Amino acid sequence: MNRLTVSPSPHVHSGDSVKKNMYGVIIALVPALAASLYYFGLGAAIVTITAVLSCVFFEWAIQKFLLQNESTIMDGSAALTGLLLAFNMPTNLPIWIIIIGSLVAIGIGKMSFGGLGNNPFNPALVGRVFLLISFPVQMTLWPKPIESQAHYLDAETGATPLSIMKEGLANGETVSSLMNHAEMPSISEMFFGLSGGSAGEIAAAALLIGLLFMLIRKIITWHIPVAVIGSIAVFTGILHLASPETYAGPLFHLLTGGVMLGAIFMATDYVSSPMANKGMIIYGIGIGVITVVIRVFGAYPEGVSFAILIMNGFVPLIDKYVKPKRFGEVVKPAKA
Amino acid sequence: MLKTFSLGGVHPAENKFSAGQKIEVLPVPEQVSVPIAQHIGAPSEPIVKKGDEVKVGQLIAKSTGFVSANIHSPVSGKVFKVDNILDASGYKRQAIIIKTEGDEWDESIDRSEELVKEITATPEEIIKKVGEAGIVGLGGATFPAHVKLSVPPGKTCEVLILNGVECEPYLTADHQLMMEKGDEIMVGTQILMKALKVDKAIIGIENNKPDAIKHMTDLALKYEGISIQALKVQYPQGGEKQLINACISRQIPSGKLPIEVGAVVQNVGTTLAVYEAVQKNKPLFERIVTVTGKSVAKPSNFMARVGTPLNQLIEAAGGLPQDTGKVIGGGPMMGKALSSTDVPITKGSSGILIMPQEIAKRGKMEACIRCSKCVSVCPMGLSPYLLMTVSDKAIWDRAEEEKIMDCIECGSCSFTCPANRPLLDYIRLGKGNVGRIMRSRTK
Repeated sequence: MNRLTVSPSPHVHSGDSVKKNMYGVIIALVPALAASLYYFGLGAAIVTITAVLSCVFFEWAIQKFLLQNESTIMDGSAALTGLLLAFNMPTNLPIWIIIIGSLVAIGIGKMSFGGLGNNPFNPALVGRVFLLISFPVQMTLWPKPIESQAHYLDAETGATPLSIMKEGLANGETVSSLMNHAEMPSISEMFFGLSGGSAGEIAAAALLIGLLFMLIRKIITWHIPVAVIGSIAVFTGILHLASPETYAGPLFHLLTGGVMLGAIFMATDYVSSPMANKGMIIYGIGIGVITVVIRVFGAYPEGVSFAILIMNGFVPLIDKYVKPKRFGEVVKPAKA
Repeated sequence: MLKTFSLGGVHPAENKFSAGQKIEVLPVPEQVSVPIAQHIGAPSEPIVKKGDEVKVGQLIAKSTGFVSANIHSPVSGKVFKVDNILDASGYKRQAIIIKTEGDEWDESIDRSEELVKEITATPEEIIKKVGEAGIVGLGGATFPAHVKLSVPPGKTCEVLILNGVECEPYLTADHQLMMEKGDEIMVGTQILMKALKVDKAIIGIENNKPDAIKHMTDLALKYEGISIQALKVQYPQGGEKQLINACISRQIPSGKLPIEVGAVVQNVGTTLAVYEAVQKNKPLFERIVTVTGKSVAKPSNFMARVGTPLNQLIEAAGGLPQDTGKVIGGGPMMGKALSSTDVPITKGSSGILIMPQEIAKRGKMEACIRCSKCVSVCPMGLSPYLLMTVSDKAIWDRAEEEKIMDCIECGSCSFTCPANRPLLDYIRLGKGNVGRIMRSRTK
């Protein structure tokens, strides 16, 4: 007579796992990785490999020597943090700075809170913002796409669309003249990535392919990306309509800086985002509004990273007060 | 047009290995053990003792209250003893054990095959007969049917909904009943409609049974007031709250019963039993049981007498497979894992699912990654990750606030969780404690 296992129901499982989701996101980032390698070549390769290896190493080391608990480097989350951190950097960033950024992202952003599942803030953004504030010069020099393919530290740098727009407007120039500026890429060039910026944020097309992949595989839902992109489009649209020569249009804002990368891959981080659909939409709108406020009225040309970190802070509040729709809450008197 | 319920749900692999297998009537067992607690409510009281001679269909245990049920002998023979035996609950509970002699039925039972369409009983007579026949919900919940049919004063029933959904993977008992006993189910529906004083009935059938949908739709043309609603395959569509939502777009408010939105739900198997009780004087003592599993030699749909040892059904399906790791009474989502196959079939045994070793154990539990997939699949709109945390920390007032008592224990959350967290285990723990606290308040 066989020994029978007795356990409570359910007795079947969907087969989903943390690994599948983490590696799924990494696969979704492959088009963006391909784009970054195409436009920035050597620099992108070095930055990406360094960030991924450092993040995985620090997670392993902290778990082995400091926390002395089981290693989780195989679940893919450290590698994913490394990849996203790399995508938030300029591709001529020195290796020692990348390593410090990885240590901050994993050590402070993730492990100090208790590891995967406990971090209130997006670890890659914690690392990125730390580097931006500690090394403001190195973090704001952007290699030129295509021209810097064979270069790393000696890559020739140029302005990004956002910096051209910010400085130009401050000097009293008009939006339309800035859109036709010699160094300003066209809208389609921005869509396909022929533009200055960090390794992963430049090619909106590649990022959107990643979004489609994740939606089909049910890794994320549409709520956060649509709320972020939608609110930025609406807010900048209103400003642009009100004063077309002082405020750049929605398409410009959506395709520049970290909006696409942020909306699709950073704001959607499981651990630091809300649990209910309604909450996700509120969170996404908050990110959109803060991004535009920083970009248009603040001192920095880019605001997505700050906006996401600020909204990460609000998530426990959102989760406490914004609950999912319950069954039986609204009794619809429909006809039988 | 295909309908479904509005919140959550999952779609586990269907694995309907026994679909299409014609109902096979099992030979009468040599001995039966009939538990006195086979239904929701108070256990019945045995009215026979050792040595008594009984016939098939004879009353052997009496209902002990409004929410209780009569139990009838499934075989003819001599009562061997009334004793505590191991049953499917995993505990030893009282049962009436009868040694079979022949197969002599009570004379009042009409054994003819012919369909009796005319309903002569009045609504009150119908409810009385259903109660006397010991009919309980055969979908697996085993709620006494006459209680459901007794609409409380102040409430009205607008529609009868029949559950032909069979949303659990692997099980095919109801499917086969609809294919082979469609007419009887239709008359049974009309009997129930008369008892409830409604002129409208909807039979919900999931889209993975196109032959049943077609067959029942064709039959329904001959019976007034009955329509078929094809439903998109989604678990747990067979749960009465979800089924009502899918068929008539109404949501039962938290803590209330279906009658609150004017509906009464009955399983198609129960409906067949009602037909047999009212038109043929046959009480409930046998039922259809699916025996299935990946390694089962002969997945089948058996008609078995209550009290038949489980082993007899497993033998008839080709024997217990070599690689068996788990035997489940019911379906894989809500069924109960058995500690032994030496237990009797009861009124609630809808199926026996035999699982191989490889999938008998759970995956390793990891930390919650806050992916919110459990929230998106919960058909009641709850937050399982939160209910698990508050139950673990014994914060019962918060658990009650977060509506833990609304949980229907369908298992969609645990099924989905990528971190293999035992969400439902903790929610059940929480429900037990919160229920206890709530009951002590009304004392």
